[in-house]
Amino acid sequence: MALAGLFLIVFLVLHLAINLLLLKSDGGVAYMKAVGFMTSNPLIKIMEIFLFGGFLIHILIGIIIQIYNWMARPKRYRVEGFSHTSFFSKYMIHTGAIILVFLTIHFVNFYFKKLGWVAPPEGVEREDFYQMALLLFSSKFYSVLYIILMVFLGFHLNHAFQSAFQTLGLNHSKYTPFVKGLGTAYSIVVPLGFALIPLIILISK
Amino acid sequence: MNFTLKIWRQKNARSKGRFVTYKISDISPNCSFLEMLDQLNEQLVAKNEEPVAFDHDCREGICGTCSLYVNGHPHGPDAAVTTCQLHMRKFKDGDTIIIEPWRARPFPVIKDLIVDRSAFDEIIQAGGFISVNTGGIPDANAILISKSDADYSMDAAACIGCGACVAACKNASAMLFVSAKVSHLALLPQGKIEAAARVQAMVKKMDDLGFGNCTNTGACEAECPKQISITNIARMNREFLTAKVCTQKKRVMAGGGI
Amino acid sequence: MATLNSKIPAGPLEKKWSNYKDHINLVNPANKRKLDIIVVGTGLAGASAAASLGAMGFKVKAFCYQDSPRRAHSIAAQGGINAAKNYQNDGDSVYRLFYDTIKGGDYRAREANVYRLAEVSGAIIDQSVANGVPFAREYGGLLDNRSFGGAQVSRTFYARGQTGQQLLLGAYSAMSRQVNKGNVTLFPREEMLDIVIVDGRARGIVTRNLVTGEINRHSAHAVVLATGGYGNVFYLSTNAMGSNATAIWKAYKRGAFFGNPCMTQIHPTCIPVHGDYQSKLTLMSESLRNDGRIWVPKKKEDAEALRHGKLKPVDIAEADRDYYLERRYPAFGNLVPRDVASRAAKERCDAGFGVGETGLAVFLDFADSIKRLGKSTIEERYGNLFQMYQKIVDEDPYTTPMMIYPAVHYTMGGLWVDYELQSTITGLFVGGEANFSDHGANRLGASALMQGLADGYFVLPYTLQNYLADQINVPRFSTDLPEFADTEKQVREHLDKLMKIQGQHSVDYFHKKLGKIMWENVGMGRNREGLQKAILLIRELRDEFWKDVRVTGELDEMNAELEKAARVADFLELGELMALDALKREESCGGHFREEYQTPEGEALRNDADFMYVAAWEYTGPGKEPILNKEPLVYEAIEVKQRNYK
Repeated sequence: MALAGLFLIVFLVLHLAINLLLLKSDGGVAYMKAVGFMTSNPLIKIMEIFLFGGFLIHILIGIIIQIYNWMARPKRYRVEGFSHTSFFSKYMIHTGAIILVFLTIHFVNFYFKKLGWVAPPEGVEREDFYQMALLLFSSKFYSVLYIILMVFLGFHLNHAFQSAFQTLGLNHSKYTPFVKGLGTAYSIVVPLGFALIPLIILISK
Repeated sequence: MNFTLKIWRQKNARSKGRFVTYKISDISPNCSFLEMLDQLNEQLVAKNEEPVAFDHDCREGICGTCSLYVNGHPHGPDAAVTTCQLHMRKFKDGDTIIIEPWRARPFPVIKDLIVDRSAFDEIIQAGGFISVNTGGIPDANAILISKSDADYSMDAAACIGCGACVAACKNASAMLFVSAKVSHLALLPQGKIEAAARVQAMVKKMDDLGFGNCTNTGACEAECPKQISITNIARMNREFLTAKVCTQKKRVMAGGGI
Repeated sequence: MATLNSKIPAGPLEKKWSNYKDHINLVNPANKRKLDIIVVGTGLAGASAAASLGAMGFKVKAFCYQDSPRRAHSIAAQGGINAAKNYQNDGDSVYRLFYDTIKGGDYRAREANVYRLAEVSGAIIDQSVANGVPFAREYGGLLDNRSFGGAQVSRTFYARGQTGQQLLLGAYSAMSRQVNKGNVTLFPREEMLDIVIVDGRARGIVTRNLVTGEINRHSAHAVVLATGGYGNVFYLSTNAMGSNATAIWKAYKRGAFFGNPCMTQIHPTCIPVHGDYQSKLTLMSESLRNDGRIWVPKKKEDAEALRHGKLKPVDIAEADRDYYLERRYPAFGNLVPRDVASRAAKERCDAGFGVGETGLAVFLDFADSIKRLGKSTIEERYGNLFQMYQKIVDEDPYTTPMMIYPAVHYTMGGLWVDYELQSTITGLFVGGEANFSDHGANRLGASALMQGLADGYFVLPYTLQNYLADQINVPRFSTDLPEFADTEKQVREHLDKLMKIQGQHSVDYFHKKLGKIMWENVGMGRNREGLQKAILLIRELRDEFWKDVRVTGELDEMNAELEKAARVADFLELGELMALDALKREESCGGHFREEYQTPEGEALRNDADFMYVAAWEYTGPGKEPILNKEPLVYEAIEVKQRNYK
């Protein structure tokens, strides 16, 4: 769970870096170059398998653990949830589910089109992610949805980052406060970075 | 002070329970929570009703017998105390207090507010010890232990085994309890020797008993009457992972035939 | 009168235990697994005995009324455990620990037992460290020590303020290991209600399963009682709510003599009583007297003003404070033994200098130590105790002195045992606080843990083996024997009788009344008139109890009221024996203070010529006066003196 999660956390940084190229006003040259590299490099192809594996493991184990956890308390309390805990940690399965829904949409919008499972919008090539992205973000509804989703992603990541270290036993009186700080920063910066793109497109319109 | 109490009543393990409401008045603010229940029970006995069954023994916060999930908190709203050390001055006059038993699959209710926590004993029996017999022991000062290790070990060893961590955890996970014992022994040189086998045996037993998984929520730490830190959980995870990765395969040694 | 054979081995004092061990009969490993031992109680003595006997290969059945063996009341011991290690190079030795214990006990303990206790004390620390007890350490990695009352050396090992907890968890985990190996079987929430005697030997017990209410029979080749003390006869004490005398009292009624029942320790540093709803008294560790100074105001009007909240403790000028222990006992100061400290507090309060709302409290002040050592050092030493005090009293002991008052804490008396810890019932062994053996008339601080573990780890495993050596051909007992059936029948009748009374008053009503009688007449100060009155009052109360107690619920289900009723029924008999013993002991010694027998300065006045003996009471039947047997105490290694802590 934690390992897969950490892998996904690293992946998100890469994903963000490429996405930010969308903002470069060069008509998508840099962006498409990066996408081209990502889709053709054999090493990345191998990594892609790991990435899907990581998602799958993370999601499956997440669901299995949640079922076990529900089973561990067959009779619930009448009054509960008053303990002083990190707020987001209580809703990982919920934020996770929301992200999963988005992930499906995301796949339908991009990856499946590349694979040819879903027809690309008219006049856009199968692999022209630049046009697809611009097209999607031109929809106000989609952009707002995307931004809201990023807030949930932030919630998920906020707990996830430091939690992964705790699960792997990487806890130290000196370094853990730094890890926690880094996690909080990450959970704000990364989703904010993603959200920035539709935001800027929205504003610039 | 006057209170309205909503208490879980359940005749025995097999019967279905329900909440029953009681009123109690003239309670001194200096009275402990259990002494307040004592007074309720006195009144119930006077009315020839069966008193509320709840676990308690030392009443000084160390035996770990008392439990009670009070208004959404194991051991009540005050921090770092057991229910027996919780005082009524922590409540407001006229408060409604909801009292429930610990809820977890491995802690079945026996009667009213009493649950069976023998699962904890089973986890200790699985490996929460150092394998030495009585006698034939080297001098106590033959093992040097750094003060800091001894202190961290003591921090973990302060666990009273009350089960508040399980009760508080949204997943009914026993990780804080198990990790406290694992840490206590793994931090000491004399306990280090069989640390890898210990952590694997204890974690396996914990899983078999049906406790939930840790999702690092931290409710256990927040509610622990002895303020055991979740640093211990990280330490146990570390011990567990290294044990799983690094321990050699078990090998049956041939006997000497003496 | 029976003759008591204490079976003290021959030879010089320091050789007796090794001589004994060298010559006992042993049981070979193959035979050990054919022999069953019942251990009742899983505190320090019980758990360590079960662990050690299990490790030797005997089959042990361990019983406790708690839901887990780890919860036995040994867990509440705070301050520490004594051992003659001389790690501090301050002149400690086995002899000195032995001497301090005998002197602390006011020359009413058996020399050979106490010497053995001191002798094995060091091994207890070794064993506990090996079991993973995280004792406090110095920066160099060696074990740390603190001082305790009644000693001039630092020999007390400690694990913060939770030494009892850590030692018990050590013994409990050792026992758990034997459960894992199949040598120990645990019976939690199972309370012993009687002992079964077959052909003159203890061969089993009858218990009640506290969850289902079932009455069960258990057989074994030998029975060990390690069921703790009977301080709860006073209702309010530092004991756990469930601590009771039933096991030893039933053994007494089946023929085990009761040793020195009147010897009760009143602990000087407890949180004072604050209301009649109170269920229990909380101890503040004696170790606090290391750094805390005890005082009351010198002027009665100051005391009066403090009681009414018109003055605060800090308002009392240094010159107007009476540090009465330092004044009366300059050599030991605040570290005099418990009985002395308790009586001195009572004396000041009786004289009208007491503080607190009730006037029954004295100050324990840390201001000087905080000034000298800094708050952080005090916090490190006593943090959890200070926190506990603050939670209970709602005052911050770092800024205002604690208030304390004596409370019943420990019972030196218990079943009479010989050197082998065997009672007058053959095959019935008694360890820990449940026996009378090592503390005489007063126990020194940090010695209960030592004695419990000495008995369990290092004495019982030898003496039981010696007893069982000729039992190897005795097959396991069937619980169908008529003796088991008879005993069970009596237990059932006893419980049925309690259930059927259906009177007007709760069990606690009677228990509180008994406690009041005991505290007022058989407490810190005792006199002939009061004791005679107490006996009559207890008898009256007992009659009333059996006519008018109300036990709700059913026999065959979990029933806390029934558990309490059965325990209080026994306390109501034991209380009378305590008063009788106190009445017959016409001297003052240790915790037994007869007001008629005191020095002009108010110190205890012993009468060695007439009372240098252990009173071993023999049960003669219901309603009949028990017989007082005497085991004379002979001191060969020690010169008997007036105790002096000045």
